[in-house]
Amino acid sequence: MDNANPYIPYMATIQETWYETSGDRPIKTFKVTLDDEEVRKNWSHRPGQCAMVGILGVGESMFCISCSPTEGDFLRFSVMRAGKNTQALHQLEAGDKLTVRGPLGNSFPLEEWKGKKILTIGGGIGQAPLRPIIEYVKAKRDQYAGLTVIYGARTSSDLCFKGELQEMMKCGEVCCHLTIDVEEEGWEHNVGFVPQALLDLNPSPENTIAITCGPPIMIRFVLQNLKKLGFADEQIYTTLENRMKCGIGKCGRCNAGPLYVCKDGPVFTYAQLKEVPEAFA
Amino acid sequence: MSAMLLNKDQWSAFVGKLAGEKKVWAPVKRGDIMRFEPLEEGAVPSLDFANTTVPPKTVVFPQTETLYRYRIGQAELAVPVLEGEAVLLGVRPCDARAMSIVQKLFRWDVDDPYYLKRREAATLVGLACSAPGTNCFCTSVGGGPASTEGLDLLMTDLGESYLLEALTDKGKALLEAAQDLLQEAPAGAVQEKEKVVGAAEKAIARSVDTTGIPQGLPGLWEHPLWQRTAAGCLGCGTCTFLCPTCHCFDIQDEVEGFEGRRCRMWDSCMFAEYTLHASGHNPRPTRRERTRNRINHKYNYFVQKFDVIACVGCGRCVNLCPVNIDLVEILRQVKEAL
Repeated sequence: MDNANPYIPYMATIQETWYETSGDRPIKTFKVTLDDEEVRKNWSHRPGQCAMVGILGVGESMFCISCSPTEGDFLRFSVMRAGKNTQALHQLEAGDKLTVRGPLGNSFPLEEWKGKKILTIGGGIGQAPLRPIIEYVKAKRDQYAGLTVIYGARTSSDLCFKGELQEMMKCGEVCCHLTIDVEEEGWEHNVGFVPQALLDLNPSPENTIAITCGPPIMIRFVLQNLKKLGFADEQIYTTLENRMKCGIGKCGRCNAGPLYVCKDGPVFTYAQLKEVPEAFA
Repeated sequence: MSAMLLNKDQWSAFVGKLAGEKKVWAPVKRGDIMRFEPLEEGAVPSLDFANTTVPPKTVVFPQTETLYRYRIGQAELAVPVLEGEAVLLGVRPCDARAMSIVQKLFRWDVDDPYYLKRREAATLVGLACSAPGTNCFCTSVGGGPASTEGLDLLMTDLGESYLLEALTDKGKALLEAAQDLLQEAPAGAVQEKEKVVGAAEKAIARSVDTTGIPQGLPGLWEHPLWQRTAAGCLGCGTCTFLCPTCHCFDIQDEVEGFEGRRCRMWDSCMFAEYTLHASGHNPRPTRRERTRNRINHKYNYFVQKFDVIACVGCGRCVNLCPVNIDLVEILRQVKEAL
């Protein structure tokens, strides 16, 4: 971030795009590099951090950075087409320009988690902020005790990163559990909601960190079930999302109770959130 | 040179002197609306008002401002040069305090250069209140008719003359610049000021005991008072737009032909769009949640973060609400429910 003027974005160029999902709200991933060599060299982000991505003449919106810094000196954003800015983003292809402001917010304390088993529980587009954790832990697997991924969506065509997740399952490097809400022809994996898939898997809380992200309703039930499984509040992490404009704690709107999602978060432990009434609103 | 007297005969000469040095902003009345505007050449502002309709926050935090300009299809961003030094003449102590409070947020962790540069370039000449407005309640929230927080110079109306007290180096510099119009304040002038201020404090008709409110609000999350209060609300946003401590903004791109700008403009937590996600989900779906957030933000969240209530008791939200929603009354109900 430009510290003298945090509102000034970096210019960036799209290197590659592809669709993760289809349907009425498709998700498209953008692989992006920052234009200025100096900026690119100095850029460092941590899993969980976000950035304001924009198009000059249209506007900017906050997205989580959906890649781990261990993957290379590029950024990835996985964007669901939902509003004005994302509609415009979806029109863009390789070679088109973006503005990028960041990295913003706090991150998952992956240093602190060394030696622990990592369990991610995602739903829908909520897998995007969890992907950097998976990639990071994969890259530094000797420093962690294990990695388990639970991920679900409404239908198989709503699953993000499906190819790479199936690849991970095939080669057995990650314990990966995919689930969809209702039965589908040709679907070989689990059927049912994510919170139930978590209960069925019955992971031990011992030396484990659970990170969940997805629709608010899913998060609420996942939290309940993690508690049933014996996870302590401090072992449970989530990353929140609210409408944001500035990303630096000034514009006011992203607060959940006293917490600004953009500055105090987006990453929180359940211990921090359980007394915050708006956290899962 | 810290306490001087300015005879009212010299008022226009004093204003002229200041205007000769720096851009002067002062209250100007147009129709029913009084707001701070750059003083036209030769104009002499009247100080006969309870408070301006629009707070002076507009000078350091304009309703709309350009963050940067660009040409469509090009990557160069042009950041506007912020205007130079300004003197704000006739700022009420509550509004100056509000700027000190808001500044904490604009300094929090990451500096906001637009706000802070304008704020640093502004000299605030305050005007102590001798006749508070009907809905003033500054003394309930840590202020007072002659509070000096945020001010560089405080003026008090002593009838025939103004007592001018410099509070900062910027204030001293103003007094020095106008020294040939001023006299050393006699010993009795400060006592006289205290009398004026004491009378003003007594004249403040509205009050609420705010002790325990910041700590107690979380326990009232589901209290029916939010629904009751919100029932009449039109969601017009006046209470927040005209609040001197409200600082929320939106950022939007505006394009005309090939010329574009990314700008920020005031926004309000009382609007549904404020928190509306692109997905259609809204974490604060009705006016009940929005009203609750407004009060909690000022009287709870801001206190937790910055150790001060983000309300200065100026009474504008009470005066100007089209359906008479009354903050003091809400606070009284909160207090009762604790």
